[in-house]
Amino acid sequence: MLRDITIGQYFPGESIIHRLDPRFKIVLTILFIVMVFTGDKFICLSVGAVFTVLVILLSGIKIKMFLKTLKSLLPLMLLTVLLNLFFIKSGDVLWQWKFLKITSEGVDISIFMIVRISLLLMGTSVLTYTTSPITLTDAVERLLSPLKKLRFPVHELAMMMSIALRFIPTLIEETDKIISAQKARGAEIDSGSFMARAKNLISILVPLFVSSFRRADELATAMECRCYNGGAGRTRLRQLRSAPRDYIALAVTLIFLAAAIVLNIM
Amino acid sequence: MEYIIETEDLHFRYSDDEQWVLKGIDLKIGKGEFVAVLGHNGSGKSTLAKHFNAILLPTKGKVTVNGIDTADEEKLFELRQSAGMVFQNPDNQIVSSVVEEDVAFAPENLGVPYEEMRRRVDEALKSVGMYEYRLHSPSQLSGGQKQRVAIAGIIAMHPECIILDEPTAMLDPQGRREVMETVTKMNREYGVTIILITHYMDEAAKCGRVVVMDKGRIILDDRPEKVFSQVETLKKIGLDVPQVTELAWELRRAGYDISPEIITEEECAAALEKLIKQSGHGNSS
Repeated sequence: MLRDITIGQYFPGESIIHRLDPRFKIVLTILFIVMVFTGDKFICLSVGAVFTVLVILLSGIKIKMFLKTLKSLLPLMLLTVLLNLFFIKSGDVLWQWKFLKITSEGVDISIFMIVRISLLLMGTSVLTYTTSPITLTDAVERLLSPLKKLRFPVHELAMMMSIALRFIPTLIEETDKIISAQKARGAEIDSGSFMARAKNLISILVPLFVSSFRRADELATAMECRCYNGGAGRTRLRQLRSAPRDYIALAVTLIFLAAAIVLNIM
Repeated sequence: MEYIIETEDLHFRYSDDEQWVLKGIDLKIGKGEFVAVLGHNGSGKSTLAKHFNAILLPTKGKVTVNGIDTADEEKLFELRQSAGMVFQNPDNQIVSSVVEEDVAFAPENLGVPYEEMRRRVDEALKSVGMYEYRLHSPSQLSGGQKQRVAIAGIIAMHPECIILDEPTAMLDPQGRREVMETVTKMNREYGVTIILITHYMDEAAKCGRVVVMDKGRIILDDRPEKVFSQVETLKKIGLDVPQVTELAWELRRAGYDISPEIITEEECAAALEKLIKQSGHGNSS
């Protein structure tokens, strides 16, 4: 059950999107978010939609994976729809029951929001789907490196992120083991009332926390044994180099962004 | 012989009001040796290992590694580079989510330039037989493979000595074999000094020298055949001997003429064959 998590997952590949410089990919993703949020008209959102479809096709990752991501955030989307449907009072009234009222504008905005959130999710998923977490952390570290001058602990932050990423599969495996162990002792994890389940969760979380602290301690010792001494003077195995394709991708994205802005003003 | 590790009257306890964990260890380990440190839980063997690369410092006495006093903080990294340490749980010593980047961790910390680092990483991965897996994620690997990656991560520092603290304790038999083969190869082909902390007798039997610890002291220190022939002493401190050694020992007690210094299955088979032939002659004559 824990293995179905698709957000933040990476699918190795050789597509043009995979091969883009991760630093550029992060910047492009930010531009994409601006593109999706910049307008409040459908025409402007459609630019974002075309861009998303284009990128998904280029990435060579199955559409199914993106739909799975959408599915996992369905509750959030439903909540947005409900809030917009019932709380927007302007426009023609389509349906009314006591104090609840659905208006045409409410419907419009709900659809708009759904499309926007879906695009946002799918578009940003491309970043994590096509970039290995470790490359991503690396790129974040380098993009933020000017902040080092302000004594912002960029390296430490990146190291924490990459260690967290490294331990996600390990901890998932461990959680599975603990769940099995507790089940074997008669704990009912998947049944009972909400409160009972929440209580049962403690029997999973406590051992998980204890073992995580032990792991952290051992890892710290192991890192020291391998001469880890913070970010100063470190060299890197992974070299990031930007290629012409990165600049082309940047140009294309900027054109789309400009189109979205222009269409919104028109 | 040139020594890589020397301890002089090493005493250690965690705090002043606690019992001594190590009670005067004098140990000299020569360059290129393959030493097993055996002992029961709580014998102090892991504590001793932690003194070899300054994770712990002696309460009393002195530890010198490659000519560097472990108490000398200025030379800490130099020391840790020459004496690498591999721990029990491979999961808790792998830092990166990509195998080759994990192996590069130590060279990165040491500021090794890119070309040199690339060479060292490839060489280290090849030497432990994990080169094909260099782009995998550690979570896709078996326990034995992970432990070999951890060993490669140490080898990439180009240490003169590798200390392995029960590296096979969490592995299945296949993984144990892989790790033992890798370690043996490091010693034979690259001349790396190996100190193997273990409680598996058959692993210790493969080493060139066995140091047995009990209650913070060294009680035996010799070639494995000599150490394991002391069956009674070992049993008294709660250690077993390899099965074949025990068999030979039982046979001797029953009055058969068999060498007490048997530690491998081949030796045992040969000795038994000889014994059976002798008794066969005895019957026919």
